Amino acid sequence: MSHVAQSKGRAGFITGFLFAPLALYLTFVIWPYVQTFGYSFTNWTGQSPTFDFVGLDNYATLLNDEVFRGALWHNLLLLVFVPVITILLALFFAFMVNAGGRSGAGGVRGVGGSRFYKVVYFFPQVLSLAILAVLFGAIYRSDEGGLLNGFLVKVGLISPQHPVEWLNEPNFVLWCLLFVVVWHGVGFYLVLFSAAMQSVPRDIYEAALLDGAGRAQTFFKVTLPLLWDSVQTSAVYLGIAAMDMFVLVSTMTSGQFGGGPDHHSEVMATVLMRNFLYFGKSGYACAMGVVMLVLTMILSVITLRATRRERIEF
Amino acid sequence: MTTVIKAPGEAAAERPGKTGRPGEGDKRRSEGVVLNVFSHGFLALWAIMIVLPLIWLALGAFKTDAQIGGSALSWPANWHFDAFGRAWDKGIGGYFANTFIVLVFSVPLTMLFGSMAAYVLARYPFKGNRVVYYFFVSGAMFPVFLALVPLFFMVKRFDMLNTYQGLILVYVAYSMPFTVFFMHSFFRTLPTAIHEAAVIDGASDTRIFFQVMLPMAKPGLISVGIFNVLGQWNQYILPAVLMQPQTSGEPERYMLTQGLVQLQYQMGYETDLPVLFAGATIAIIPMLAVYLSFQRQIQAGLTSATLK
Repeated sequence: MSHVAQSKGRAGFITGFLFAPLALYLTFVIWPYVQTFGYSFTNWTGQSPTFDFVGLDNYATLLNDEVFRGALWHNLLLLVFVPVITILLALFFAFMVNAGGRSGAGGVRGVGGSRFYKVVYFFPQVLSLAILAVLFGAIYRSDEGGLLNGFLVKVGLISPQHPVEWLNEPNFVLWCLLFVVVWHGVGFYLVLFSAAMQSVPRDIYEAALLDGAGRAQTFFKVTLPLLWDSVQTSAVYLGIAAMDMFVLVSTMTSGQFGGGPDHHSEVMATVLMRNFLYFGKSGYACAMGVVMLVLTMILSVITLRATRRERIEF
Repeated sequence: MTTVIKAPGEAAAERPGKTGRPGEGDKRRSEGVVLNVFSHGFLALWAIMIVLPLIWLALGAFKTDAQIGGSALSWPANWHFDAFGRAWDKGIGGYFANTFIVLVFSVPLTMLFGSMAAYVLARYPFKGNRVVYYFFVSGAMFPVFLALVPLFFMVKRFDMLNTYQGLILVYVAYSMPFTVFFMHSFFRTLPTAIHEAAVIDGASDTRIFFQVMLPMAKPGLISVGIFNVLGQWNQYILPAVLMQPQTSGEPERYMLTQGLVQLQYQMGYETDLPVLFAGATIAIIPMLAVYLSFQRQIQAGLTSATLK
């Protein structure tokens, strides 16, 4: 086999294998991403074939757009609370499931039924967001027919005449949505942290136990530092999810593409979609997309830097 | 369960110590008991919070519309499956079929194209290899919203709005970053010796890929496959933008997720909420069945897919 012939065949093989995947990817992913930057400097409506270059006008308008600024604020709130609450709950449950069932000197093991908990908690993860929207839309119903109101009436916390309008209450709506995200995510991160905990050698725990560490100490001094990599990854993933929120807000709250009542649950993605599909301001919507990208990148970098610790090898 | 659990009252009577030191076995034991009761309580509470709403939703399909609007805690009065039948007729059946048709093509294509690209990038050094690799992987970092507007017009230009093939190609393209990323790291771990042996036996590169490498990469393929099936089955934003009838005569080709949201609006007007509850239950049951049968693989697949 001559060397030349071999490398010639190789080149053909490499090109052949890369061609279709690359072509698809460039056409439907990369090129639209690039175009977004271009369109964001135009007054394109999406309908007309012609449009003008308007420079940074769209970005200037964005700065003064009250609705968009409110949406940005909501995204930032979610960005702090979604990862923190989800990760804390998941860590707590994961620790209980994996190392919680320890009585005095009995070694390290999970609580009874830990297998069962892992199966049940994880299930919401395979449900689509559309199912969550229908389910929680029914739970948060504004009359006694909603599960939450029905329960609160039953235990006597609220009167049947004045049930809480969860999703129409400006002060509650964002927190109601936040709960859905947490409900959906905790099981997944529980399993993720469990996998990480199980890869920690048993003798590390046993050594801590022999040294007389209590459960809290074991958790903070041993488990958490060893899990830090997974916690960091989770924070980034949850942060990206909190920047999105489109499906839940657009399907569960009032208004065209959601965001109600009176923009109190507005997030950037819903403002973007409304401007694009409803107001026909495609150029403006593209500028919002660029802002979302820039923010996501900044936040990922900040999360990774802020949570950076020395990596522990074991 | 080997843990000794005392009654809550008995446990609370003992003073729970914050930290146990050697020689304070009793104190530590009581801490353990209190914590056990405490943690079991929370674990059970969260489990109830997951299961109860889902059961309540399914029961809603057996209630009357008036009952659903009345009290949430009422017991179903109508133990018939007619709401399920109506939900199926209202389009759930069709949405199921649409999602199924798209996934039958998009998932295998995703796996094939993703593996092909990942394999070449992982095992064949050539000029620009790293550039192409980062090109593929970088797509995972961008929010999909960024591309939505131009993507819509790109698909429109190909005349593929509201078509299965359009959505299939878009799904494959958007699943590429993750699939390439994951399979790339997988192919790198496969031993070179087997590849060399196959070359000596005179197998072509293409043949080595399909007959040697792909079968060896099966565990990786299963992990990414699960990830892609769930991701594409649950996708909402891409079909919401790309699968709307463009002219009044065009048939609806809604995906299941889209159809469910559609049903939610529709049933709000028609005041037939049992149909909505039945529709949601129909959409949950296959996921529940698949999940319970493959939960080990799904949990392992999704966690390894995220951690890699």
